[in-house]
Amino acid sequence: MTDMQAPAAPKLSRIDAINWNRLQDDKDLEVWNRLTSNFWLPEKVPLSNDIQSWKTLTAEEQQLTIRVFTGLTLLDTIQSSVGAPSLMPDARTPHEEAVYANITFMEAVHARSYSSIFSTLCATQDVDDAFRWSEENPTLQAKSTLILDRYYSDDPLMRKVASVFLESFLFYSGFFLPMYWSSHAKLTNTADLIRLIIRDEAVHGYYIGYKFQLAYEEATPERQAEVKDYAYGLLMELYDNEVKYTESLYDGVGLTEDVKKFLHYNANKALMNLGFEALFPDTITDVDPTIMAALAPNADENHDFFSGSGSSYVIGRAEATEDDDWAF
Amino acid sequence: MSTAPQLVYFSTRSGNTRRFIEKLDLPAERIPFEKDASPLKVESPYILVVPSYGGGSVAGAVPKPVIHFLNDEHNRQWIRGVIAAGNTNFGTAYGIAGRIVAEKCRVPLLYRFELFGTAQDVANVRQGVTSFWPPHP
Ligand SMILES: Cc1cc2nc3c(=O)[nH]c(=O)nc-3n(C[C@H](O)[C@H](O)[C@H](O)COP(=O)(O)O)c2cc1C
Ligand SMILES: [Fe+2]
Ligand SMILES: [Fe+2]
Repeated sequence: MTDMQAPAAPKLSRIDAINWNRLQDDKDLEVWNRLTSNFWLPEKVPLSNDIQSWKTLTAEEQQLTIRVFTGLTLLDTIQSSVGAPSLMPDARTPHEEAVYANITFMEAVHARSYSSIFSTLCATQDVDDAFRWSEENPTLQAKSTLILDRYYSDDPLMRKVASVFLESFLFYSGFFLPMYWSSHAKLTNTADLIRLIIRDEAVHGYYIGYKFQLAYEEATPERQAEVKDYAYGLLMELYDNEVKYTESLYDGVGLTEDVKKFLHYNANKALMNLGFEALFPDTITDVDPTIMAALAPNADENHDFFSGSGSSYVIGRAEATEDDDWAF
Repeated sequence: MSTAPQLVYFSTRSGNTRRFIEKLDLPAERIPFEKDASPLKVESPYILVVPSYGGGSVAGAVPKPVIHFLNDEHNRQWIRGVIAAGNTNFGTAYGIAGRIVAEKCRVPLLYRFELFGTAQDVANVRQGVTSFWPPHP
C-alpha cells in the first residue's frame, strides 16, 4: 500500500469550535440526527427470554453460535478502536468528525452487546474457549490483518474502502446465523438485538461510502482507476478468506452454501455503498427467502407488480405518519 | 411537443436513485432537493420513484421535498404508481416510503429495489414501466 501516492486530502488544519448551524454538507446533520435518534443499548432487548430457546440447541450449535458472535465482537472492536477513529483526520468538515465520534462509540456498544448475549445465555467456560479460538483462528486473524493494514496505511481513500467492506460485507458471515435461528423461531430476542446492529451498519456504510465518493470524484482519472483496482482487489482477497472462514464454521451444520449466497448479496451492496457496480451475478445472490424474511419481514412479499405475479400485491396497511406537513 | 415524463424521482446528494434512473434510460424528471429551487410541476401521468429516509421508522421516511411535491394537488392527481428505493438492513421499514405514498395516494406500490439497484432490477423496471404505460385514464 505504501507505494501508492495519495494526493493530499482536504484535512482540517486547525480546530475551531463546531457550529452545527453552519453546515458545509447537510448529510452530516441528517446522519447525525438519524444515528442519535437510533441510539440503543443491549439492556433494551429482553435477551433472557431466549434462555429456554438456547437450551434447545445442540452442543455443536451452541459452540458455533458463540464462535460466530466472538468473530463479530472482534470486528466491532476493530471498528471502535481503530477503524472509525482512523477516518477522523481526513474528515472534510468538523461535523463529519463528530459523526465518526458517534460511530466510534456505537461500535463499542455493538462489541459490548455480544458480551450481554454471552452472560445471559452461555456458560463462562464455553465463552472463554471461544475467545481463545478467535485468537488462534487463522482465517479470522487473516481478515483482521487485511483490514488493519488499510487502516494503518497512509491512503485515506483505502481506509474508507476497508471500513465499508468490514461493515457492509465482513459482518454477514456472522449475521447469517442469528437470522437463520430467527427463521426457525429460535433466539428471536437475540435476533432483535442483531437487527439493531444491522440497521446501524447500514447508516455507517452509507455515510462512509458517501464521503468516499466525494473524495473519489475529485481524484484524477489515474488515481480513480488505481483506487478502484485496489478496492476490487481487496474485496476478492477478503472474499477468498471469507469463504474459508465460512466453510470452517458452517460445514458441520451444512449451511455453507446458504451463507455464501448471503456473502455475495452483501458484497454487492458493499460495492454499491462505494458507488461501484455489483460484482456477483444474480444467479448466486439468491439468498434463501426465509433468511430475507428474517432480515426484513415483508422483503419476500411480492412487490413486483410488473412481473405479472402482482396477484399477491397488497397496498401497505395504513401507516400513521407523524409528519404533520402532509396536507392531504 | 415535449415528451411527457414517465417517471418522477427524488434523490439526495448520495445520488443512488439518480443512478438507478440513469441506468433505466427512460424519460424522468427530478424533484429538486435544493431549498431555493423552483418546485417541479407535472402535467401528465407518472410513476414516482422514492428513497426511504426514516432510518427504520415511519417518521421522516418520505423525504420532505417529496411530501411538498405531493401536497400540490395538481401534481398528486397524475401519480399512477410508486417504486420504492431502500435497504433491507432497515428491516420492517425496507422501502417504507413507497408503502406510505401508495397508501396516501391510493396507488399501487409497483416495485422495490436496494441502493442503485442490480442489473436485474433495472431490467425488471424498464420492462415493467414500458408495458405499464400508457396507463388507463
Ligand atoms: C439516514 C438514512 C435513513 C434511511 N432509512 C431507510 C429506511 O427506513 N428504509 C429503507 O429501506 N432505506 C433507508 N435508507 C436507505 C436509503 O433509502 C438508500 O440508501 C437510498 O439508496 C438513498 O437514495 P438516494 O441516494 O437517491 O438519496 C436510509 C438511509 C439513510 C442514510
Ligand atoms: Fe458495528
Ligand atoms: Fe459500524
